Amino acid sequence: MTNTPANAKRTVGWMGIHRGHQARPLEWLAEKFIFLVSLTAILMVFLIFVFVAREALPLVLGKMNSAAARPVIAAKEMDKLKPEELRTYLGLTAAEFKQLDKEALQALMEVREEEAKEAPKDKDATLNTTEWRYLFQPHQWSDSRPEDRYVWQPIGRIHKYNLMPLIIGSLKTTVVALLFSVPLALAAALYVSQLASPTMKEWLKPAIELLSGVPSVVLGFFALMVLASFLQGVFGYQSRLNAFVAGIALGLAVIPVVFSIAEDALTSVPRAYTQAALALGASKWQAAWQIVLPAAAPGVFAAVVLGFGRAIGETMVVLMASGNASIMSFSLFDSTRSITATIAAELAEAVFGGHHYRILFLIGAMLFVVTFLTNLAGDLIMHRLKGRLEGKAK
Amino acid sequence: MTATDAKASRLDFRSRGFDFASFAFTGITGLATLFILAILAIIIANIVWHGWGTFSWRFLTGSADQDMFDVNKAGVLPMVIGTALRVLVMTIVVVPVGVITAVYLTEYAHSTALTTRVIRGAVNNLAGVPSIVFGLFGLGFFISFIGRGLDGGAAEPLWGKPAIVWASLTLSVMTLPLVIVATEESLRAITPGLREASLALGATKLETIIKIVLPEALPGILTGGILAVGRAGGEVAPILFTGAAYYMRDLPHSLTDQFMDLGYHVFILSTQSPDIEKTRPILFATVLALLLLTLSLNLVAVIVRARVRKRMRASH
Repeated sequence: MTNTPANAKRTVGWMGIHRGHQARPLEWLAEKFIFLVSLTAILMVFLIFVFVAREALPLVLGKMNSAAARPVIAAKEMDKLKPEELRTYLGLTAAEFKQLDKEALQALMEVREEEAKEAPKDKDATLNTTEWRYLFQPHQWSDSRPEDRYVWQPIGRIHKYNLMPLIIGSLKTTVVALLFSVPLALAAALYVSQLASPTMKEWLKPAIELLSGVPSVVLGFFALMVLASFLQGVFGYQSRLNAFVAGIALGLAVIPVVFSIAEDALTSVPRAYTQAALALGASKWQAAWQIVLPAAAPGVFAAVVLGFGRAIGETMVVLMASGNASIMSFSLFDSTRSITATIAAELAEAVFGGHHYRILFLIGAMLFVVTFLTNLAGDLIMHRLKGRLEGKAK
Repeated sequence: MTATDAKASRLDFRSRGFDFASFAFTGITGLATLFILAILAIIIANIVWHGWGTFSWRFLTGSADQDMFDVNKAGVLPMVIGTALRVLVMTIVVVPVGVITAVYLTEYAHSTALTTRVIRGAVNNLAGVPSIVFGLFGLGFFISFIGRGLDGGAAEPLWGKPAIVWASLTLSVMTLPLVIVATEESLRAITPGLREASLALGATKLETIIKIVLPEALPGILTGGILAVGRAGGEVAPILFTGAAYYMRDLPHSLTDQFMDLGYHVFILSTQSPDIEKTRPILFATVLALLLLTLSLNLVAVIVRARVRKRMRASH
């Protein structure tokens, strides 16, 4: 392309001086390289979604069958099946199928026949529990009380994959965490950004942000070893580890997130606002409460939204402090199991590529979508707020 | 000011009396701040108090091959080495990528362009992805997709299993935003005059960036790296399925080995210990080791960052 006259005109300028990428090819290459590397962040967000969703895809498409007793075809009738039907029946990949000769296939079919004789006989044994209605709606299981129940019980004779106990569990701990952390973090953000002297601020801000340097496994450990007994002593509830304890510990992880963002939003309100209020005779707290806080309200909201995202995605704290019993209960003082803790606790034991494995990736993908949306919302709100405040300040 | 004026103003001040609302507001918000700091202090003090007795040089450098649940024999050397290794590999990957992205965002990109907005959005979003999702990603992408792809269906998987390299790569994706944000902040703190002077002397843009801008931004890059190490050092969820081992007899030999990890060890000791009362001292000492690592790194980062911010205020 470069040797066409039109282009030559553009790159070789006045008196034959080279311009653009012909003049400094190295600069040009470096710039393109830097640009390409900077796309990594976008690529990674994309890859995370694709590869977490990919493992869950067969389940979403309804290609998994978790039934304990599957329909059987007699080994004698093998010749009547088409190769493709035989392959799906035996659950083999195309490569595996090619390697096996007819006798091996025959043997596999006989194994299946034997297995079927051992399989449980009750009515739930033939259910594919990975269908949507078993994931979200209650079902009356034949091996438990005669009522419709939400049960998460992936290990056992019949794999019960109802997600409701996990979703409720995650929401319970998250709500406690937010109720505990948001008022504290906002009050601290107001104090640090509006009332504290500059010197105080220089110390207080990093000190509070140091809380985010405490690893979540340490917070979980602290909740498990110290906080749980302390709170049980104060409130006197039954089970020592529950949604309440986990929520409080989770709140400690959320405080630095909400504090940083809220403080950032409050600080970005132009000083002229405060000064005008003070000049009109308002006290410092009136200026902070009635002028600065309303002006920064979207930012405060963004802080809460991002705090929610952090709380619902936190793993180790909940895994260690919530008790991990998947009970369908709305009580804060019952032992609970969250989405994140379930993935962490069960993935290592799940069979690679099996239905349990895929269900765990499915809830992981759901979690990713939720946090993606909360992050996006928080990001957009903060961006608009800053644009507005900076525009007004000029 | 006459005497009567002064008297009147004093009277005026008195008649308004004590400003209760102002006092209450300052008090409540101040107490909230104090409360948060108190919790932090309690956590640290509690761990130091209970962990100090067992925390010794022998504990830090002792191996775990005798009995990791025995107070007198247990050591955390394999965990310290495992954590250090995975963090080191992560740093080698994440710092160049993060710094280059930050250079693009501050030096090359148009701040209003759509690409810039999308990159920024992706960076912010990456910072908010739950750590357990990174674990799933590491398993789904690095181990099953890339690792198994490299193995090409070999009977004995070399790459397609949990390993230090996969754990490190997963962590580097997780800590990328930290490095980018910290580097960007320090790049913005450099006065435009410095760049302009360099360009005016005939340096090209690339030369200016490499020889003038990046050396000036070194404290910020350091902050980013330190923050990333501090964050990754304590994370457990992303490495649960990508490399951490419950127990290993030997230290890892290569990047494709699994490893023992300090944070994961805290989790094991506090949830799967055979006798929680007996192992409590080891547990607290291990937590103390982990906390010392992450908090000291964070403290250093905070100090360096405070200096960068101070300089930024001075230059603008």
